This record gives sequence, structure tokens and C-alpha cells, in this order.
Amino acid sequence: MLGKLTLSAIPYDVPILVGTFIGVAVIGIAVLAAVTYFKKWGYLWREWLTTVDHKKLAVMYIILGLVMLVRGFADAVMMRTQLALAYAGNPGYLPPHHYDQVFSAHGTIMIFFMAMVIMQALFNFVVPLQIGARDVAFPLINSISFYMTLVSAILINISLFIGEFSNVGWLGYPPVSELQFNPGVGVDYYIWSVQISGIGTLLTGMNFLTTIVKLRAPGMKWMQIPVFTWTTFFSCIMILTTFPVLTVSMALLALDRYLGMHFFTNDGGGSVMLYLNLIWSWGHPEVYILILPAFGVFSEIAATFSGKPLFGYASMVFATGVITILGSIVWVHHFFTMGAGADVNTFFGIMTMFIAVPTGVKIFNWLFTMYKGRVRFEGPMNWIVGFMITFSIGGMTGVMMAMPAADWVIHNSLFLVAHFHNVIIGGVFFGYVAGISYWFPKAFGFKLRDVWGKWAFRFWFVGFYLSFIPLYAVGLEGMTRRMNHYDNPNWHPWLLVACVGVFVLAAGVCCQVIQFVFGAIDAVTKKPDALDLTGDNWGSGRTLEWSIPSPVPHYNFARLPVIRGLDTFHIEKELGRPAPVGELEPIHMPKYSAVGPILGVFALVIGFALVWHIWWAVIVALLGAFVTVVHRSANLDVDFYVPVEEIRADEEAFAQRLAAAKAAE
Amino acid sequence: MSQNHMTSHEGESHGSYGSYVVGFVLAVVLTVASFAAVLSKAFSYWTTIAVLAVLAVVQVIVHLVFFLHMGTATAKKRMDLFVFLVTVAMVLILIAGYLFVLWDAQMNMMSR
Repeated sequence: MLGKLTLSAIPYDVPILVGTFIGVAVIGIAVLAAVTYFKKWGYLWREWLTTVDHKKLAVMYIILGLVMLVRGFADAVMMRTQLALAYAGNPGYLPPHHYDQVFSAHGTIMIFFMAMVIMQALFNFVVPLQIGARDVAFPLINSISFYMTLVSAILINISLFIGEFSNVGWLGYPPVSELQFNPGVGVDYYIWSVQISGIGTLLTGMNFLTTIVKLRAPGMKWMQIPVFTWTTFFSCIMILTTFPVLTVSMALLALDRYLGMHFFTNDGGGSVMLYLNLIWSWGHPEVYILILPAFGVFSEIAATFSGKPLFGYASMVFATGVITILGSIVWVHHFFTMGAGADVNTFFGIMTMFIAVPTGVKIFNWLFTMYKGRVRFEGPMNWIVGFMITFSIGGMTGVMMAMPAADWVIHNSLFLVAHFHNVIIGGVFFGYVAGISYWFPKAFGFKLRDVWGKWAFRFWFVGFYLSFIPLYAVGLEGMTRRMNHYDNPNWHPWLLVACVGVFVLAAGVCCQVIQFVFGAIDAVTKKPDALDLTGDNWGSGRTLEWSIPSPVPHYNFARLPVIRGLDTFHIEKELGRPAPVGELEPIHMPKYSAVGPILGVFALVIGFALVWHIWWAVIVALLGAFVTVVHRSANLDVDFYVPVEEIRADEEAFAQRLAAAKAAE
Repeated sequence: MSQNHMTSHEGESHGSYGSYVVGFVLAVVLTVASFAAVLSKAFSYWTTIAVLAVLAVVQVIVHLVFFLHMGTATAKKRMDLFVFLVTVAMVLILIAGYLFVLWDAQMNMMSR
């Protein structure tokens, strides 16, 4: 009846997990009770859970991403404290089997459920506003994307309390991930949560590519697209070309584990190295999928806070395109040691070094954007300066490892771990945090207190160096990654410093939480200087999203914007914001739909039942999902028109606020 | 949402009766030629395989042009063609790359 699921699957004998479960349960019950007490279930369902509005989906993505950030960060703290303790005979507090699950979960969560999620939040919020569209091309599919991501994140967290998680690292290399060596359900949890979130990401990529190609405001030429949207465009191309590869490699691994096939086994004609080629020809483009939108964020912020147009717009676009192509032909540099000959390793080594060229072009473009500008070091700008320094160091260690000869020495060591945290924290994470603080007032209509953002940056910046520079050192001294305990006295002081670093990072996370809490208090008390009345709250916004009110009305643009060139809004401000011409018309918008959450529930059941081999539940849920989709396809009542009166009222209120703001100056 | 209906085809051509007939005849000729190349035993073993490969590629192009309406006539068709070629290039890069890498590794490691 319940497949492999029995009571013994629940780890009630592991105190850390029981404590975590109690904590999660208390917080969960408190949240549910609060929603019930304030009678907000109807509001939550009608306004948020069933939404197809890209801005609300973005907010839900952000919340999911930040929650998963805390989860992944907790794993990081556990690993660093374990390695600070587990020295010279002390086993530490995490037994190897548990420790293996912690580092696997940390990697999986940080990439799939933190970085990818916040990236999709930024796509959702910014792209339609920057190109003057009223929604994405396929609003319902957008909601389904979100629910696929959400339920796969839920599935990975279920593994904490029912069964176990994968203990073979974030990419699940065979043969150790095969059934023979891993008979438990950990790898299955990994496979199905990655697989379900992959569906969501693939749909997002398709959706936003279509949106950018088809829904740009009339007259917006390709070379007038804002840079963040350009980077989204290339990121989506890479999603479409490489995520199917991930789907296939996970599916083949699942066939090995479920049906006794031999794609990646050592016997029966399988090839382990085929898996490495497959997974890394997704995995390497994946890091560019993540970093390109961060580059886009930096480009927007550099221009806004320097009071100048972005230096080298065209070169920025072409550099992004070149990275897209080169990023697809470097995957072997992740396993130079697989045993290929000099031809293969030389080709992929040189291709990898080439990537430093377009990336260097971008760094210089940002520097020249700041050069002779009136640079204002507000919160978002701090992150970009920290990014340029940190990312350059990470890029240089990357070029070091692109040399196959050097890579043979430091392969699989903590040097590698330090390198990719250097580029992912210093590049992707700094970029996304900068993006969140940059567009936050646009989403909610009030500003966060900048001082807490600056303190968050300072702690993250210092904490990063304290945590990861020591890892470069121990990596060069020969410490391999994923090690549970060690005896080498040379490593111990470095790992103590890294442990201090992770607590400095924790202070940074606390500052970010405090910033949101103070922001919410300011919003509730309507603190006058926190409210964003003009929609252009940084005062120097250049692209279309700053021309509309904050928070943005649900139809985005009362009238389709007139495109006057690159940085349309900046040009408009120089012209004195000409009054809109023409009559208002009713706006055609999609209706909210429960299809997203319903499909999400079915997907969660399918994932959980596949993990535990509960076949009847898989079939029932698949049928349910099929019926839901057919029912939706037959439903013709999916849209409505926003009446002109509502739009006019909004527009007049906004005009009054703008006039009041102008008078106040 | 309002400015663009994704399902409309903007009046583009979906082929005429004549073009479908031409495509069908070409497809049949190519198929018959493939069977003939094998059944007549006119070529040596490897030459036959080469002939079949060439005929197959031509067959794919015929299908793309006459039945899937690929071409360069309008801006939209050129865009479609471009997207298709990017897809083909991506698949070729991956497959050629896997063959290159795995072949080299197996020779080098003498694992087969």
C-alpha cells in the first residue's frame, strides 16, 4: 500500500533532525494559526496562490528563495563548525553519513532552490516592466512554473523528516549514486526534486524567451532592449538548450535505479563518464544561466547610480552572446582527470580561458560606466563594487584551474570549492541581493532602510573573504573537498578562521532580515520618507519600469509606452515628461486560475510516491494532472477587460502624486 | 496580453496544393531510391551506407522545406530557420563533443 515507506523511515533517533522538525512545526503552526486568526485564507487564495500576475509570482519566488537561502545557509554553518571541531581524533558532531547528506543538500538547495529561484523572481518582476509589456506571454504557464519550483523545494525538505537525502554530492555522480551502492531513497529524492524543478525552469525559459521576442512595446528595436532583459534573453536560450540535457541524464539515472538498466553502471556496458559529460554539459551552462542575469543587474545599477548611460551597451550585448556560446563548449574542464588525452583537455582548457575575455570586457564596461560619473554609494551600488573585486579574484583562480596541468593538482580539493563559491557568492549572490534591494521599492511602494543593507554588505564582504580564502590555502595544501574529519595540524588554524567567517556571514544574513523587518514596520506605520511616491525612487532610473507608479498596478502600463530610444525613461525626463496622448482603452488581462496550485499538488504527490514506490498514487496523481489540463484547455472563460474608469482613476492619482513631489522640490 | 495574440499566424503561407505535391513526389522518390540502393546491391557495403546517409539528409531537408514550411521568404521564416539552425548546432556540438571526449578517453585508458 505505501511502497517502501514504513515508520522506520522517520529519523526520530537523530536529535538534530528531531529538534529541526519541532522548530519547523512550531513556526509552521504559528503561521497557519495567524492566517486563520486574521481570516486571511480567502485573501491568500484569491490574491496570491491562484495569481497569474508576474509581479506577485515574483514576490512568491523571492520568499521561497530567501527561505531556502536560510535552509542552505544552516547547512553551511553545520559543515564549517563540523570541520572546526573534527580534528585530531575528535569525530565532531556530524557522523559521516549525515555529513554527506548535509553537503549534498547544501549544494542542491543553493543552486536549484535559492539561486535559480531568485533568478526567476528577477525575470518575473523586471522583464515585462522593462519592455513595456502587461504580462508575460503565457501567464498561466508562469504560475505552473512557480508551483513546480515550489513543490520540488517542499519535496527536498520532506526528505529531512521522512527517509534521508542524497549523500553523493549535488550532482549525484554514478556509480556511487546507483542502486548497488545507494539502496536508500536519498538519491531518489534528489532525482525527482531536480526533475520537477527542471520542468518549472524549462517552462520559465520558454515563457520569457517568447515574452522578449513577441511582447516588446511597439517600436522597441532589438538594440534598444535594456541590458537586464538582454541577459535574461541569453539566459533563457541556455535554459532551453541545456535543461533538456539535465532532464535526460536524471531520467537515465532513474531508469538505472528503478528498472535495473545499465546506462551508468560499471557492468552491463554502462559508462560512468557518459554521465559526467551529460551532467556537466548542463552544469556548466547552468552557472552562466545564473551569472548572466546578475551581470544584467549590475549593468542597470551601475548606470543608475553613476548618473550616466551604460558604457559600451553594444559590447555588453555581444559579450553576453559570446559567453552564451562559449559556455556551452567548456564542460570537460570539470573532469580533466577523467583520463582523456591531451587533445581533449587542451581544447576544453583553451575554450575555458577564452571565456575570461568577454567577462573582462564586461568588468571594464562597468568600471568605465563609473568613471567620471556622479557615483552614489547607496545600498545596491555597494554590492556591485564588492562584486567587481571578488568576482575578478574568482575569475583568476578559474583561469588557473582551466590549465589542465594545474587542474590535475587541485582537482576535487577545497581550492575548487573556494573558487566556485568565490564566483557564485561574489557574482551571482551579490548580484541578486543588489537586484532585490534595487527593485524592492518598485515592487512594494516603500524603501528599505539603506543603512541595514550597507551593514549586510559589509558583513557579507568580509565574511566571504574570511570563510573562503582559507579554503584556497588548505586546498593547495592538499585537503580534498567533502572531508568529514582530518588529522593534519596545518589545516586546523585555516579551518578555524573559515568557521569564524561563516558567523560573520550569519551577521550579514541577520542584517538582511532586520532590513526587511524595519521595512515592513515603516510600511505599516506609513513613515513619510519611506514611501515611494514618484515611482522613480532612486531619482535616476533610466528604463521603463521607473516611469510607472510603485507598487505597479496589476496591468503595469495604463498606456503602452512610446519608445524613444535606449533608456526611454531617461530621455522622457530630459524632455520634461511629456503628457500622455490618446484615449485610454480597456486593457485585456488574464484571469487568475487555480490550475497552478492544483497541478502543484499533483506534482508533489507524484514526486513523493515515485521516491517511495507507491505506484497507485503515481497513477492517480498523473490522471488527476491530465484531467486538470484537459479541463483547463476546454475552459474559454480565461480573460477579462480592465475598465477605463479604473485605469483613469489610477492615472490621475499618480499624476497628483507626481505634481505634489515636484512642488515639494 | 492585449497587444499580441500568440495563436494567430499573421497571414503567413502554409504551402499550396502544388508545393505539397512536389514535396510528396520528392519524398517518395528519395524513399524508393534508398530501398533501391540496398536491394539492387549495386554498391559496396560502405558505399551503400554513405548513399543512404546522403539520401536521408536530403529527405530531412525536403520535409523541412515542403511540409514544415522552412525557408527564407519572410522575416518570420528567417527567424524560424535561425532558431532551428541554433537547435541543430547545439545538438551537433553536444553529440560531436561526447563522441570526441569519450572516444579519446577510451583510447587513452584502453578501457574497451
